[in-house]
Amino acid sequence: MSVPQAIGRDGFGPLQYLICLRGIAWREALRFVHQRERFISALVRPLVWLFIFAAGFRQILGVSIIPPYQTYVLYEVYVTPGLIAMIQLFNGMQSSLSMVYDREMGNMRMLLVSPFPRWYLLTSKLLASTVVSILQVYAYLFIAWLWGIEPPLWGYVSVLPALALSGMMLGSLGMLLSSAIRQLENFAGVMNFVIFPMFFASSALYPLWLVQQSSPVVYTICWLNPFTYAVELIRFALYIEIDRLSLAVVVVMTTVFTTGAIIAYDPARGLIARRGGGGG
Amino acid sequence: MSATADLAQRSALDAGLRIDALAVHNVSHAYGPRQALRDVSLRVPQSRFTALLGLNGAGKTTLFSLITRLYDTRHGSIEVLGHPVSREPGQALRLLGVVFQARTLDLDISVMENLLYHAALHGIGSREARQRARAGLAEIELLDRARDAVRNLSGGQMRRVEIARALLHRPRVLVLDEPTVGLDVASRSTILRHVRWLVRERGVAVLWATHLLDEVADEDAVVVLHRGQVLAAGDVSEVVASVGAADMRSAFIALTGTASEGSE
Repeated sequence: MSVPQAIGRDGFGPLQYLICLRGIAWREALRFVHQRERFISALVRPLVWLFIFAAGFRQILGVSIIPPYQTYVLYEVYVTPGLIAMIQLFNGMQSSLSMVYDREMGNMRMLLVSPFPRWYLLTSKLLASTVVSILQVYAYLFIAWLWGIEPPLWGYVSVLPALALSGMMLGSLGMLLSSAIRQLENFAGVMNFVIFPMFFASSALYPLWLVQQSSPVVYTICWLNPFTYAVELIRFALYIEIDRLSLAVVVVMTTVFTTGAIIAYDPARGLIARRGGGGG
Repeated sequence: MSATADLAQRSALDAGLRIDALAVHNVSHAYGPRQALRDVSLRVPQSRFTALLGLNGAGKTTLFSLITRLYDTRHGSIEVLGHPVSREPGQALRLLGVVFQARTLDLDISVMENLLYHAALHGIGSREARQRARAGLAEIELLDRARDAVRNLSGGQMRRVEIARALLHRPRVLVLDEPTVGLDVASRSTILRHVRWLVRERGVAVLWATHLLDEVADEDAVVVLHRGQVLAAGDVSEVVASVGAADMRSAFIALTGTASEGSE
């Protein structure tokens, strides 16, 4: 017996919307599985930072007692939320790189000519990419646990919504950037101008009070950087706390970036239609 | 059934058949200062093969981007079986199957996975999608390649998979942008034969963009697009007669002042 469904203006019911979302997530996961080197590099990058960089900095950089930590913590413990956010930052950018690649290769066209609303297609792609980033984060957290970085057990659960939000924020930023990039070759420049400044000018590697002591200008940049708030949201959530300011900033920036990306990919208003098409 | 109800059903059917599969009304499009299309109007009747004939740079790909709503139609309107693409994109796009000039298959995943992904983008559940995909692949004689990665297929096979994919959601209109470009003669002929079979046996309306004159048959409808403008449209015999030419090749030369290619 068939279950009656509410049918929308586009002729699709909720089940069809779910099928579409599942299909997009499935393809994202397939691509990730097929690109094993992408998974390995996604994991190796933060582990190199953890095993080498953090081990070296442990002796130089003292981290005093700052929330959410109740005691002095090792530098490896401090830097872990920053490295988690780095995984999501790279994943967001890599996902947008794949959108530029898809657009150049034409795969993106098949997504965009689906009869589902474009905002839904792009949001589904964003969700799918966020799920992939969360899987990477948990793989990293497992290895970090073996290395002796042990947040509270419930922290592994309470960090999940924070990861979903920060993954969405960084993924939507990548999506917005991908709409403005015409060719794959141009993406390297954007990576340099986005990933590295965002990562280094944040609280990922050093507490902001330490930055403020050495340079008020850099501190202001860090304070304005939305990546800082993604890091802090994850840091607090990992210790079963909510940093309200970080939560607010991440939610607002996710909304802004996602709306921007949807507008940019909208055929009526976006950047895509204003640029030249090729062919006959 | 009463005679009145029967009459009403017949007239509804007639009215349905009178609606063009695809109608483009006075469409213009520019990229900044460059005008790609100027006041283009054309119609693709239901269950017919319509060739959109034009040289490279004529505006065919831009027109396809507008038909498929990759770009928004700012001037003029486009309807798929009476559904305006701008105002009812969902309804219009679900009736439309598309094969773009550039390859749009994901090379890293298998043929079947590509088809299932497309089915999901049209809200078709996996069991139904699998059945349709198998049937579609059997039709193009590639069922035995279902599990192969797409990158291992030849150019002609990829095109056939793209056509099977475009038909997976059972569209009533199929638009193909230069689908035979870069293919050998045998592959071109196979693809063209298959698409003509779809028109004849399935009643699919086809808009086939090409710059190759030998892909246009005498029984086709044809639209000649040149430098963003429609120079002639109608049945091949009408277009040929309208310029007093002996055949379509001469008609094309007379209309555009340039020769298209017979074959690659």
